[in-house]
Amino acid sequence: MAQIFAYIVHKGGVIDDTAAELAVAAKKIDASSAVTAIVTGSGADLDTVCQEAAKLYPEVWKFDNQALAYPNAEVIRKLLVDVLPKDAVFLVPHDTFGMDLGPGLSIKLDVPYVPDVIEIEAADGSTFKMVRQEFSGMAHTHVACDLGSGGVITPRPGVFQPEEGAAEAGGKVTDKSGEAGDLSARRRFLEVVEAEVGDVDITKADVLVSIGRGIEDEENIELAEELAEAMGAVVSCSRPIVDAKWMEKSRQVGTSGQTVKPKVYMAMGISGSFQHLGGIKGSPFMVAVNKNPKAPIFQVADVGIVEDILEFMPEMTEKIEELQ
Amino acid sequence: MEILVCVKRVPDTAENEIEVKSDGTDIERDDLVYSVNEWDNYAVEEAIQIRDNVGGSVTVVTVGDDESEEVLRREMAMGADNGVLLSDSAFEGSDGRGVAAILKAQADAGNYDLILCGAQADDGAGQVGGMLAAMLDWPYASLVNHIEIVDDKKIKVGREIEGGNQELNEIELPCVLSIQTGINEPRYVGIRGIRKVASVEIPVKGASDLGLDPATVGEAGAKVKRLDYFVPELGEGAEILEGSMEEKIEKLIELLKAKGGLK
Repeated sequence: MAQIFAYIVHKGGVIDDTAAELAVAAKKIDASSAVTAIVTGSGADLDTVCQEAAKLYPEVWKFDNQALAYPNAEVIRKLLVDVLPKDAVFLVPHDTFGMDLGPGLSIKLDVPYVPDVIEIEAADGSTFKMVRQEFSGMAHTHVACDLGSGGVITPRPGVFQPEEGAAEAGGKVTDKSGEAGDLSARRRFLEVVEAEVGDVDITKADVLVSIGRGIEDEENIELAEELAEAMGAVVSCSRPIVDAKWMEKSRQVGTSGQTVKPKVYMAMGISGSFQHLGGIKGSPFMVAVNKNPKAPIFQVADVGIVEDILEFMPEMTEKIEELQ
Repeated sequence: MEILVCVKRVPDTAENEIEVKSDGTDIERDDLVYSVNEWDNYAVEEAIQIRDNVGGSVTVVTVGDDESEEVLRREMAMGADNGVLLSDSAFEGSDGRGVAAILKAQADAGNYDLILCGAQADDGAGQVGGMLAAMLDWPYASLVNHIEIVDDKKIKVGREIEGGNQELNEIELPCVLSIQTGINEPRYVGIRGIRKVASVEIPVKGASDLGLDPATVGEAGAKVKRLDYFVPELGEGAEILEGSMEEKIEKLIELLKAKGGLK
């Protein structure tokens, strides 16, 4: 079996949760393989990251270079094409970096690309069956892929959960910085613009009334605001509402928006894509109201109600007001 | 600026309940409402706005069957200047890499400065843009939510990254960008707009027109093969409240009181 590599995502000297998750995913491809972690970056933080990675992986390759200070996928792709052995299986999380890197890397390495994988099963020899979701999670699909000559796989963050209390790998860190070739690219990183802070901080709310596509029209947002007021809650939303410019970005829950930790989460007309669910932490009591009984949100909610939110919300508001 | 926008006809998940066929070979496609992939629509709008600001032309292209022509016509009604349909029985069963190879042949045949794709499609994997860029050896940026034309050699792009933050990059032309939703507000296309372009001829190109070896695309060239569709065994799933609307609300209020969601 080919050698497996895992790209370690880190920020500010702190290793990302996906570092441990990729080790779990790698074991599903080859339980006996000594997986190598690849850590790229620049400066003093990098050694801390390597030490953390060595707790998870038997081998850690460190690439320290000023050109790698920010993870620019175009630069890191060049590095990987230079340093990865032939037939390598390369894992990188399906986050905004992995999505940027994976497709092009697979072409340059001339290997198959399997993105956003949620399960990996051995099939026949070096052929693997992997599970992906389509149509916002409304259908799952098995795809077959031969990894015998290598591959690029992007496991979905949060899916391959490590066992608690696993033994440390006690890995060896090797400085491979000298092996990096030309790291110039025709795309240059300039800066990160931090998200604007909104009028209301949804990350501090105990109860969220969160609206999605089911709201249908900007005028109907009022119905959610009235329900939230009756409940003493705050209104948040999913991505389509922000795309339509009906609410501020600061109100958006999801991986591309805010991460919230409420006690109660009311998902109103939200289908429940993994990007949205990725922004909800701390296992709140989740209520889903959706007129589509097959909406994926019902798989993860604690309580579900199959109704049109445009009829449900005003009635619920009225009922709560009656009780007060 | 000469701009190529890659679009795709997909089942519209906002309009359909997607169900898996009982034998798992496909989803139920009878009575599905199809439309242009949402992300692609933002890409076409962005291309039109760039053309209107700096001049040039916008060509929309798709890999698909005869029915895909309707999405090209729709995007032309929005304001794209030209449409091209890449269609051949040899293209059927292409994986993302195959689709990228077909699009590369179209890109090679033109003289484009900028190629835009949607960041992903509901029935796809968000891979074609990055693959196309690597095949062309052009720089690439994904999840683009802002474009600023600097001059005819370079542009500034914003990428949407985690936590609602934006990563700014400078990128040299020609390049490929995949466009994230929300970058603009795509214009409305009315029946009159569609009628205006109803009789415009849309050229169709097959493998031989594009100089493609059929063995490298379609089912024959696919490295990743879809085996089936399925609905996973659910875990516990939600407790579904039954009864009249009033009964459901009463039950929910009791539950919320117990969980601290209502005072």
